[in-house]
Amino acid sequence: MQEKKIPAIQTRNLTKRYKNLTAVDRLTLDICQGELFALLGVNGAGKTTAIKMLSCLTKPTDGDAVVGGYSITKESEQVKRLIGVSPQETAVAPNLSVKENLELICGIYGFSKGKTREKVKEISRQLDLEEVLCKKAGKLSGGWQRRVSIAMALISEPQILFLDEPTLGLDVMARHDLWEIIHSLKGKITIILTTHYMEEAESLSDRIGIMKQGRLLAIGTAEELKQKAGTCDFETAFVAIVKGEVI
Amino acid sequence: MRMMTFAKRCGKEILRDPINLGFGLGFPLVLLLLLSSLQANIPVSLFEIDTLTPGITVFGLSFLTLFSATLVARDRESALLQRLYTTPLTGVDFIMGYMLPLLPIAIGQTGICYLFAIFLGLTVNSNIIYAIIGIIPMAIFNIALGLLCGSLLGVKQVGGICGALLTNLSAWLSGVWFDLALVGGFFEKIADLLPFVHAAEMEKALFRGDFKLAGSHLLPILFYSGSVTAMAVFCFLRQMKKQ
Repeated sequence: MQEKKIPAIQTRNLTKRYKNLTAVDRLTLDICQGELFALLGVNGAGKTTAIKMLSCLTKPTDGDAVVGGYSITKESEQVKRLIGVSPQETAVAPNLSVKENLELICGIYGFSKGKTREKVKEISRQLDLEEVLCKKAGKLSGGWQRRVSIAMALISEPQILFLDEPTLGLDVMARHDLWEIIHSLKGKITIILTTHYMEEAESLSDRIGIMKQGRLLAIGTAEELKQKAGTCDFETAFVAIVKGEVI
Repeated sequence: MRMMTFAKRCGKEILRDPINLGFGLGFPLVLLLLLSSLQANIPVSLFEIDTLTPGITVFGLSFLTLFSATLVARDRESALLQRLYTTPLTGVDFIMGYMLPLLPIAIGQTGICYLFAIFLGLTVNSNIIYAIIGIIPMAIFNIALGLLCGSLLGVKQVGGICGALLTNLSAWLSGVWFDLALVGGFFEKIADLLPFVHAAEMEKALFRGDFKLAGSHLLPILFYSGSVTAMAVFCFLRQMKKQ
């Protein structure tokens, strides 16, 4: 018997318009619980705007989405309790130590002192943060700051994690370290990742959605997208889909 | 709980910045020392420590505007606020979280100024306590002004407007350095319309124990504190929604 997949996110005609620009155009998709879904696209494709709408940072102009069973337009407070977000830019408190940054998020989510201590220990072990725990976050390298940023998104025990370009601007080693971390989270929580790195989307994701100018052009596993484009190379498949050579 | 967690974080961010400590605390103390030394060497009564200290405490508050504006603007530019907007923190949590930690800093700064002034010959009396407490409405004005500027401007602009312009405005229009009546005319009228001179005069009156006069200066300060706080809340929430 086939296992029934429970949706973590359902978007229906989700649209965001800024004056003359349609940043996201009628985005309709379902993402299952425990799935790692990548939104792939060139700059300005609408990936970040889609994430901003799903994480209740910006209101859609049209349409709606249900995240963890709650509407992003009508029940944003409930949605915010279920999600964790690691934004594209550095989002740490620079004069606070890594430990204090993690404790800040625990406090915001109302964790008790005991639970906070436990979670800080657990997450710092999981993300190898022990050696920098007492260092000021603002003094860390870009790679470490990104790692702290993901730890801050994870420590609140989210059901759904949004990672917006998590490896942007990082060197190869830092990028691979983060891939390992993301890979270790697969299946445990639902992850929505935006990226414009082909290999990142291909190696990490269960499914990939390709966006261009706000529209979702194609959706499927990396293999399905390659088959659709008639290529054995994912990058070639992506280019063909974005250029409109694949119907 | 959530609000206090955020407030604690804001307090740490401010107090751990050595520039903040240098300017916020060091500068008023250096001014007290320099001007009282100057007074010792001039024949006229210009910078008597008993009238100078209350004015310097009001001038010192202008640095709170710089602190709060820089913190809010930096948070906005660093995307930390964007992250926190996706958490259960509400608009009230943010506003109170930014404002609350600066109040004890203001009281501490004023208290240290009076303590330092005692070593320079300030008359010791119980009115110092009233003068320290009386700083709160003007402190709220300065903190709210910082929140307002931080919600509208970037870090660099905040440095120019709150760091240079506002500290100068506060210095010249508060009557700390000279009697505004000596200049008179339009300058005095403008100064009278703004809260700085009222705050300085209220502090001086509280220190002397003239509570009636202090009360008459309190009203314009309360008006400015209330209005600027309302504007700051409006602008902060608006930029929060814009995110």
